[in-house]
Amino acid sequence: MGGLGSLLVPLEGDATGWAACGGEHHWPPGQTSFCSRPLFPQLGEQFSWLNNHMAQAVIAAILVIGFWVVMARGHSLVPGKRQAFGEMAYDLVRNGIARDILGHDFKPFIPYLLTLFSFILVNNLFGEFFLFMFPTFSKIGYVYALALLSWLLYNGVGIRKFGFGGYMKRTCLPPGVPKALWIIIVPLEFLSNIIVRPVTLALRLFANLFAGHLVVLVFVVGGSLLLTTTERLGGFDIPLLKTAGVVSILFSFAVFALELLISFIQAYVFTVLTAQYVSSALAEEH
Amino acid sequence: MLLEISGNLNMIGYGLATIGPGIGVAMVFSAVINGTARQPEARGAMMGTAWIGFAIVEALAIIGIALAFVLS
Repeated sequence: MGGLGSLLVPLEGDATGWAACGGEHHWPPGQTSFCSRPLFPQLGEQFSWLNNHMAQAVIAAILVIGFWVVMARGHSLVPGKRQAFGEMAYDLVRNGIARDILGHDFKPFIPYLLTLFSFILVNNLFGEFFLFMFPTFSKIGYVYALALLSWLLYNGVGIRKFGFGGYMKRTCLPPGVPKALWIIIVPLEFLSNIIVRPVTLALRLFANLFAGHLVVLVFVVGGSLLLTTTERLGGFDIPLLKTAGVVSILFSFAVFALELLISFIQAYVFTVLTAQYVSSALAEEH
Repeated sequence: MLLEISGNLNMIGYGLATIGPGIGVAMVFSAVINGTARQPEARGAMMGTAWIGFAIVEALAIIGIALAFVLS
């Protein structure tokens, strides 16, 4: 079944347009709920990459840039409300993530970590925000790009500090391993540090948001279906359908609250792990 | 047949596969909570190791979901 496996391969446009992907179906929620809708279908196939989810990512980038530009100007010694809020958000990443994990050489990495954190957070919050109602990072292509950036960063700084050979030696060979075990340890460490790290970084964010959005869809769309259905479901006379619908919609509030928490935690975890990988690439001795 | 249930048995396998990482992540953070309670000033040092441990343990669950989708 190619449909589900293709979730992990970021291919858009071409043959998989909005209709071919099955975007018109609302029930049951499945991978068709994650189809991208081209913004200008009248422009034809070659502009189908210009879809609503990409617009959403661009809007998120503009929001993040705007937020930090507003927060960065007009500072005074006694902070007002706006400055206090900006400083709190900045401190969370600067002190809570960068300084704690990277140690005394943390300053060059603050811009990247801060951008990463705020961009992921805003995109995740789009999943609960009216007007969008879709977390951008439940499309895997966007997540692969972020993970690729982090992968380039932590390998890049490692190679710059130790040279290619030195970095590879430090990454693939923990100190104190007896020579007889090298043949096992070196491939394992290479696999775990160079290949599995970016893949899990990407899939962790993707899987959390994908599953979260699917749960939201089940409760909201399923609840409204139960409330509005007029036919007999599956040929049965099922009592209390409307009650089940109301309960389902009410429970969806709790699911939304959980999703708010998860979108923050996942943004935090992605940033923390990026910082952690950078710090382990820069570590003098393991 | 009155009610048809469709879907993929892989998802049940994935559900079973999350038990291990679930217990693993719980153990990682329970150790951190214990350690912080005993020695609050060592929290920073413990969190660093804990995040790495969390990432490695959760990698199992993530490989599980990837395989559940890909091998269907």
